[in-house]
Amino acid sequence: MPERPQLPESVERAVQVPLGIVKGLKATFMTMLQPAVTVQYPREKEAIAPRARGVISLVEDNCTVCMLCARQCPDWCIYIEGHKDREPPRREGGKPRTVSKLDRFDIDYGLCMYCGICVEVCPFDALHWSPEFEYAEPSIADLLHDKTRLGQWEQTVPEAPALEVGAEAPKGKKK
Amino acid sequence: MLAGTFLGIHAAYWNVTLLKLLLGVGFALLGAGAFVQVFLFKAVSHLQSRLGPMESGPHGSLQLMAEVLKFIQKEDVFPAKADRWVFAGAPFVVIMSTLMIYVVIPIGPRGVVANLDVGILYALAVSSISVIGVLMAGWASANKYSLIGALRAAGQLIAYELPLVLAVVGVVMQSGSLSLQQIVAGQAHFKLFGVQGLGLFAIPQIAGFFIFMVSAQAELTQTPFDMPVAESELVAGYMTEYTGLRFLIFFIGEFATAFALAGLAAVLFLGGWWLPGMGAHWGSAAWMRELVGGGVMFVKVMVLGFIIFWVRFTLPRFREDQLQAFAWKFLIPLALGDILVTGIAKVAVRA
Repeated sequence: MPERPQLPESVERAVQVPLGIVKGLKATFMTMLQPAVTVQYPREKEAIAPRARGVISLVEDNCTVCMLCARQCPDWCIYIEGHKDREPPRREGGKPRTVSKLDRFDIDYGLCMYCGICVEVCPFDALHWSPEFEYAEPSIADLLHDKTRLGQWEQTVPEAPALEVGAEAPKGKKK
Repeated sequence: MLAGTFLGIHAAYWNVTLLKLLLGVGFALLGAGAFVQVFLFKAVSHLQSRLGPMESGPHGSLQLMAEVLKFIQKEDVFPAKADRWVFAGAPFVVIMSTLMIYVVIPIGPRGVVANLDVGILYALAVSSISVIGVLMAGWASANKYSLIGALRAAGQLIAYELPLVLAVVGVVMQSGSLSLQQIVAGQAHFKLFGVQGLGLFAIPQIAGFFIFMVSAQAELTQTPFDMPVAESELVAGYMTEYTGLRFLIFFIGEFATAFALAGLAAVLFLGGWWLPGMGAHWGSAAWMRELVGGGVMFVKVMVLGFIIFWVRFTLPRFREDQLQAFAWKFLIPLALGDILVTGIAKVAVRA
């Protein structure tokens, strides 16, 4: 806007106040002519951002029972139990291997504050964010999701977005 | 036996009175309901990019019914230290003052409960009775928020009563009558620059129209003049302690008054039930004239009502001292100037 010469303050106010009122009235009237932003939720759904923090899913095979997530959790809402097991050697004539087996992996969503630290700290990509959010329960005890249920959320996890041009190539990962 | 006539119906006096009573109260309730449903629930929601009630009936059209039923079911609570009789009576004083305005508002050539010769004076006089009800409510609630709200309301209603009355003086001078039917007729006869439609007093009395609408907004304690019920400071002002049916009566009173003041503004400044182009003998039958007149009046009232709610949901609230300064230092001098100019024009032009 071009600069106007400055008028005395009283004159300036006498001009600005009615102009401001008219501007406000115009803004609300124009809003009325446009469709409302409200989405009638149960019948129609809003498009959610693909990276939204809805629920945490678990890939059971990637978990090594390292307990990093449970120890970092500010709410102590992750419960993990496991045991050591013997597996046959990979090569002929080798030593039998010791592996950790996951017995229990529960997240209590009644306590979870959706900070995402567990997803960040997991060194083996066993935890992922899913944008699903419709898992309210009549009973608060049912908000404890066990590893079967957490594993089912994995299907709703979106593909990771493509890397930026010139980004460092990801390091080789265990399949 | 005493006989009476209303809308061309001749009957016993008590029959006619009963008919007038039912029609008057019915119009007040329907008017308040129309304002709440059409503007407060829906239009205002769209002003804020919302949808408003959608679940009760198609597009929430039965929401008003649900709200009224809800209020009727609620318990009638009295605060322990309340002055019971005054507390109980206050809403009825407010709604009585509102209903009494409906007596003189014409919605057709014969569609008026009582065509008083001093109609506009009577309407403005009874509309200020509601201040007493508000003060009763605030005092009897034994609650400091209620009392502060009531005192603010009293200060505001009295301050804005004055420009409201002064704005009407210009119209009365121009039409030469205090009767609302005569004011409608005056606008039908008055010609500005020889054009009939320009005779609607909103055009020669544009300053008066502006002052009337602003003061009406303040009289209704609608934002930006809602200091008496400022929810962020005073809970709900003088209505804080009220529940159920008594709160509903206050609520109906507020919106029935809005409908009535929009009606008065339509009669005073927009020609009431008359439209430019209607001659003296328009319409083929008497009942047609009443019907068309009522329709024209309703459209005008709804347009003015929309302006009231549009302003209400656009502007932020005044500070208390700004509110008083706006009435005493701006509106009243402007209204007095308007009267002066109208007087000079009246004498100079001899219209």
